[in-house]
Amino acid sequence: MNGTQSKRGAWSWWYLLFVIQFVAVLWPPFYNSAEPAFMGLPFFYWYQLLWVIVSAVITAVIYLATVE
Amino acid sequence: MQDVNWIALSIFVLLFGFITWLGFAAARWRKGDLDLLHEWGLGGRRFGTVVTWFLVGGDLYTAYTFIAVPALAFGAGAVAFFAVPYTIVIYPFLFVVFPRLWHVCHKKGYITAGDFVRGRFGNRWLALAITITGIVATMPYIALQLVGIQVVVGALGISGSGWAADLPLIIAFMVLAAFTYSSGLRAPASIAIVKDILIYITAFAAIIYIPIQLGGFGKIFAAVPAKKILLAMPGPHTTGAYGAYATLALGSALALFLYPHSMTGILSASSGKAIRRNAAMLPLYSFMLGLLALFGFFAIAAGVDKLPEFAGGFKQFGNNFAVPALLLHSFPAWFVGIAFAAIGIGALVPAAIMSIAAANLYTRNIHREFINKNPSDKQEAQMAKWVSLLVKLGALVFILFVPTKYAIQLQLLGGIWIIQTLPAVMFGVFTRWFNSWALLIGWAVGTVAGTSMAVAANLAPAYPLAVGGYSFPGYTAFYTLVLNLVIAIVLTPVFNIMSARRTPLDETVAADYLA
Repeated sequence: MNGTQSKRGAWSWWYLLFVIQFVAVLWPPFYNSAEPAFMGLPFFYWYQLLWVIVSAVITAVIYLATVE
Repeated sequence: MQDVNWIALSIFVLLFGFITWLGFAAARWRKGDLDLLHEWGLGGRRFGTVVTWFLVGGDLYTAYTFIAVPALAFGAGAVAFFAVPYTIVIYPFLFVVFPRLWHVCHKKGYITAGDFVRGRFGNRWLALAITITGIVATMPYIALQLVGIQVVVGALGISGSGWAADLPLIIAFMVLAAFTYSSGLRAPASIAIVKDILIYITAFAAIIYIPIQLGGFGKIFAAVPAKKILLAMPGPHTTGAYGAYATLALGSALALFLYPHSMTGILSASSGKAIRRNAAMLPLYSFMLGLLALFGFFAIAAGVDKLPEFAGGFKQFGNNFAVPALLLHSFPAWFVGIAFAAIGIGALVPAAIMSIAAANLYTRNIHREFINKNPSDKQEAQMAKWVSLLVKLGALVFILFVPTKYAIQLQLLGGIWIIQTLPAVMFGVFTRWFNSWALLIGWAVGTVAGTSMAVAANLAPAYPLAVGGYSFPGYTAFYTLVLNLVIAIVLTPVFNIMSARRTPLDETVAADYLA
């Protein structure tokens, strides 16, 4: 990246990746439906549970990208 | 009430005895001089990535959460799942904001948010506002942890009349008070490891075993009334349940790390790096919380509220009895003992950290700032230990003599109050642009407006904001935070013009915030 990350704690453009999870889970029209169900679990539930994992992966990617 | 469940009770007592010993033994763990406030109240800032994971996990995902979120799913349905987006969006804030706060606190010897704001803005009254908000918001939170213990003790079949009925709770709290006093933050840190392992065992066993018993998720959700499965579709001219769901999640997320106990947990980490790693690792708890929320639906499908043996429990504890009843109904007694111990011990960890955090705040930002300006290190640590006892006693008295619903309502108000400290603390970590008096007025207006809106909405979390024929029901804390911020931004230039001194009284420099 562009040198701003040389000091940990400074801003990094990688942080913009966090926006993805905000949009994905804070807009209920995306996921307020029962279908498609997964193993009998309505979409509403497994979608949000899946995003817990995806968001953790995104955070890990940002960590690895910004770590010295 | 059902009979005493002796097997479950024995295992429960055994595990409680073990963590009591552990709490006292913790004083010798990563040994430090417990006569220093940062050793007693922050564990010497020596907790690495893994211990921090257990500590902060045990701190944020409280026993009350494990009871109340499934209870909400049981009673109200899909809206309870807001806990999942809530605990997803907290971690970007943890990752971006809190390593910077950790660095400046480490460099300047700050122990509380009040310390930081005092140093950053040089305004003791703003720091006092932050401190009082923190203490007041924490008290009902501690009291709610006791509700968690009450519910599982009741579910074990222990009941009595009058004073004897409260005896288990009093014993649990005496134990808690004693080991917190003697070991400080090291006690909840070590106990959190045991508690979290028990919670994970319970959650993952139940999420596999109970659906098999009930014939799979398809059957479970078929038994749940359709209107509980999804959020209600918003009608015309309103954002309806969607707006409420999203603002509840976002507002709760913004508030969470402002609570003193979150701050204490985070500041006890050994490095900013440990905090960042945890932002990627702590979501495992969110995943578990999501699974636990589903237990509310399991309880509906199992029909536990209609079984005669649980009628007394539901009568006494309401929907909070759903999870204990489900566990009693589905598992053999020995496993119920483990699960209930996990919940009971799970209440002690956050309660200990909360009382330590409140004690740190009082000692540093009220006593030292306004009463005894030059305490010795030992006096300071001693003061904090006494205050932690006092805080817990207050919570115990509250829960014994005041109906539970008031603790719940106060905790709801606490969220509205604590979020008003966001501009000073979270924005303060990045900029000193704000004028401290503008921040103070923003805080005051946000607090008053939030409280009145909550009262107007009959202490429901969502306030039906109406603008030009449209209605936007949303989390009061979120709306009043926006108001608070607007006021702070508008008034900052005004105060700067009025004030003779242009340079802010900031004792920190940019490099203090970086690794």
